[in-house]
Amino acid sequence: MIALGQFLEVLIGGLMSGVLYSLVALGFVLIFKASGVFNFAQGAMVLLAGLALVRSLDLLVANGFPIWIAIVLGIGFAAVIMAITAWLIERFVIGPLVNQNALTLFMSTIGVTFVLEGAAQMIFGSDVYPLRLFPTDIWLLFESHFPGGILVNQLDVWGGLIAGILVAGLAIFFQQTKTGRALRAVADDHMAAQSVGIPIGWIWFVVWLVAGLVALVAATVWGTKLGVQFSITFLALKALPVLIIGGLTSVPGAIVGGLIVGAGEKLAEVFLGSHIGGGIEYWFAYVLALAVLLVRPQGLFGERIIERI
Amino acid sequence: MLYREAGQFKTTYAEDMAIFPIRQDRMALAILLGIAFIGVPLLADFDIWPFGSDYLLRAILLPFLILALAAIGVNILVGYCGQISLGSGAFMAIGAYSAYKLGTGVHIPLAWLGFAISIPPLPVLLSILLGGLAAAVVGILFGIPSLRIKGLYLAVATLAAQFFFDWVFLRVPWFTNYAPSGSVSAPTLDFFGLNVGTPIERYMLCLIFVTVFAFLAKNLVRGNLGRQWMAIRDMDIAAELIGIRPLYAKLTAFAVSSFIIGVAGALWAFVYLGSWEPLAFSIERSLQLLFMVIIGGLGSIMGSFIGAAFILILPIMLNLLPTQLGVPLSTETITHLEFIIFGSLICYLLIKEPHGFARLISIGKEKLRLWPFPY
Amino acid sequence: MRMPDASEILLQVEGVSLAFGGVKALRDVSLDIRKGEIRAIIGPNGAGKTSMLNVINGFYHPNRGAITFKGRTRAQMQPFEASRGGIARTFQNVALFKGMSALDNIMAGRTLKMRRGLLWQMLRFGPALAEEIEHRHRVEEIIDFLEIEPIRKVPVARLPYGLQKRVELGRALAMEPDLLLLDEPMAGMNLEEKKDMSRFILDVNDYYGTTIALIEHDMAVVMDLSHRVVVLDHGVKIADGTPDEVKKNQGVIDAYLGIAH
Repeated sequence: MIALGQFLEVLIGGLMSGVLYSLVALGFVLIFKASGVFNFAQGAMVLLAGLALVRSLDLLVANGFPIWIAIVLGIGFAAVIMAITAWLIERFVIGPLVNQNALTLFMSTIGVTFVLEGAAQMIFGSDVYPLRLFPTDIWLLFESHFPGGILVNQLDVWGGLIAGILVAGLAIFFQQTKTGRALRAVADDHMAAQSVGIPIGWIWFVVWLVAGLVALVAATVWGTKLGVQFSITFLALKALPVLIIGGLTSVPGAIVGGLIVGAGEKLAEVFLGSHIGGGIEYWFAYVLALAVLLVRPQGLFGERIIERI
Repeated sequence: MLYREAGQFKTTYAEDMAIFPIRQDRMALAILLGIAFIGVPLLADFDIWPFGSDYLLRAILLPFLILALAAIGVNILVGYCGQISLGSGAFMAIGAYSAYKLGTGVHIPLAWLGFAISIPPLPVLLSILLGGLAAAVVGILFGIPSLRIKGLYLAVATLAAQFFFDWVFLRVPWFTNYAPSGSVSAPTLDFFGLNVGTPIERYMLCLIFVTVFAFLAKNLVRGNLGRQWMAIRDMDIAAELIGIRPLYAKLTAFAVSSFIIGVAGALWAFVYLGSWEPLAFSIERSLQLLFMVIIGGLGSIMGSFIGAAFILILPIMLNLLPTQLGVPLSTETITHLEFIIFGSLICYLLIKEPHGFARLISIGKEKLRLWPFPY
Repeated sequence: MRMPDASEILLQVEGVSLAFGGVKALRDVSLDIRKGEIRAIIGPNGAGKTSMLNVINGFYHPNRGAITFKGRTRAQMQPFEASRGGIARTFQNVALFKGMSALDNIMAGRTLKMRRGLLWQMLRFGPALAEEIEHRHRVEEIIDFLEIEPIRKVPVARLPYGLQKRVELGRALAMEPDLLLLDEPMAGMNLEEKKDMSRFILDVNDYYGTTIALIEHDMAVVMDLSHRVVVLDHGVKIADGTPDEVKKNQGVIDAYLGIAH
């Protein structure tokens, strides 16, 4: 008999780590919506942003800057790095590949991934760098209801909060600002948008920049949880099944998909994994995504694809 | 002799349909095969440079041949049929572990049925080929979703294969014959009583495999099935409307591709590594194979060889050159440099020449044919 | 011009309706195609002409109605049924296999006629090679017929538009179809190319006796080529008859002039 308390604890822990997947998935969705590019490099961007942040932070603190100023400067520095990256990617990779098929674009982002991973580690180092931006203390909840209570990490709560703010901010950006509307126009039809005078290069730069900033936000939470290190890129790969489950074009889908994957894999690991050898967290998300693909190819929130000739 | 086809008239369609319709190309191939099959063993036998040590054979030629074989498999699926795969490493693993199980004897106790399935250890050659077959079967299973999902979605499906099988071979002890470390060793390489042990013997074995498979693959891609694959790649809807069955075309591509990759995996494990862990077939291997195909040339058998050579030689060059120039780099920096060079090269080729080095060579040949006139 | 045998109906579409969400592409359309004739489908943009062809070869599945082809009635066609049954097709925006040569494109049209399996093809020996050569002969006849010998080994992506259209016709002919659907075979062509294409269409109809259904915007071409014309407007059939009858039809004139009725 599974104790309800244990179940809830695993569920909450899972949902919270799901938020982290959602944060990365958000970056994917943004770029996919605006340019039809399935950006394999999102994980590498998280790594780059995290490394830029943590290394500049360490340097500033070591040179006697007060922690608050160091954090502001460090985030500013990382944001500038992401802006430069966005510009370089638009200028040298995505720009020249405009109107190519989706597969070519996808493979080019695998190339970008390698460049970013190599460059980020070459410039900023390749060790594990601890980052402490958020409290990671444990809260004990509902001690009166369950024996032992439910353990909740404060960091997870922060992560959830940040994801919420980010989604709200993006929604406002897309719906209310001129750039946001232009973005949606470009997403619908590159050439038509170009012909009504929307500067497509600029728009794509903005998209990659926003995706880069989302990566930075994700890096702050992930870095605090795991330390900034190379393996972040592999965890970021899990954003791919998240997207498939949620639907490639849907921001709410990215959030819900992340939660489903996070909760699902933790529950599966704890309650199923012990029976079949453990470690099923490793593939659970992908196999779940495969199952979703077979039943509902456009994902839970995605738009139905109509083919024409 | 000039590179000309003037005077080489083809009087039958069979001649026109030969692998290399131009005489000079045929001669080049013959020379290449001569060097590979006769020159290298001779040089190695007499320890003539650069075969003074085993290094070249063991660390470059052997992995080159096997990875080129795997790249041919990947190219059939990705380059010819247009179905992206990020799970090639898993199919190498399936080939390797199936061959291992068959080569060391299979025992499946079915206690609840009151009997057990036991297969005695099979000969090595048979194990390797059956390993390929096992990969083909799994390949078909993972290819089935490709009928409903396309392009990028399929990439995630193949990732599922990658991570799932990583886990299977790591966590299911049956596959590793309950080896406590998870590491397994290949059975002795005994081919019809001939023991393949020395580097040159291993090289010849792989060379034979690669030559035969490259030839068969070339036949397939220039035949009816190859046209079906490419039709599906270029425009699947039109292909369906002229009577090509997407089911048949895609699943044969998955099967043939996985079979070749599986055989390459078995060779990689048995002949190159000798003993190995699941780590040998991780997602990095999958990406490496994909890179070989993009760099060498999507939709080109020859490109698979070029890509494999390039991916293997570049790191060696990066290791040697700076030291020669007096600026030794740390191994870490070299790894990062490799990442950056491969990544930029991929982007560059996708933008400038999506058919990779193979296409650059054929452009060169076309120019040479017309030389000294531009048209 | 050869008059077709007027009696036998090859394909009959009855009461077909097709909707995408709220958009009604076809509304209760019926038409027949007789064996051996050249049948034109005309109408203003958005009239549902291409949708009609898509219904006939099974790419779209109508919401209502029935399709009778070679005496068999069904609610909808399937693409493989259509191709197997002998319906070939060219497309409004050329749908060639861009990475393949003209020759390979046309050879691909022979897929249904080739029998040798994977293992034989892999060896490319004996029967497999013989089959390949036999079909190469048939394809070379088509290449001769369409006068595209010099470009047979050129990747189609590098060909000018007019030649691409010709290769696409060749691919359809390679299927040796009973019914050939041509979606704007002359769109974007100059006068010279249009003349060539018209000649090919008439020759195909004449020599091979292939039944042809074509969509075309050039009225002069349509009136010259076709035996019978059906006119669609906003998904509704507004006229059907010989070119002369259709030309005189007031509804057709109004539709083309954009007069509401």
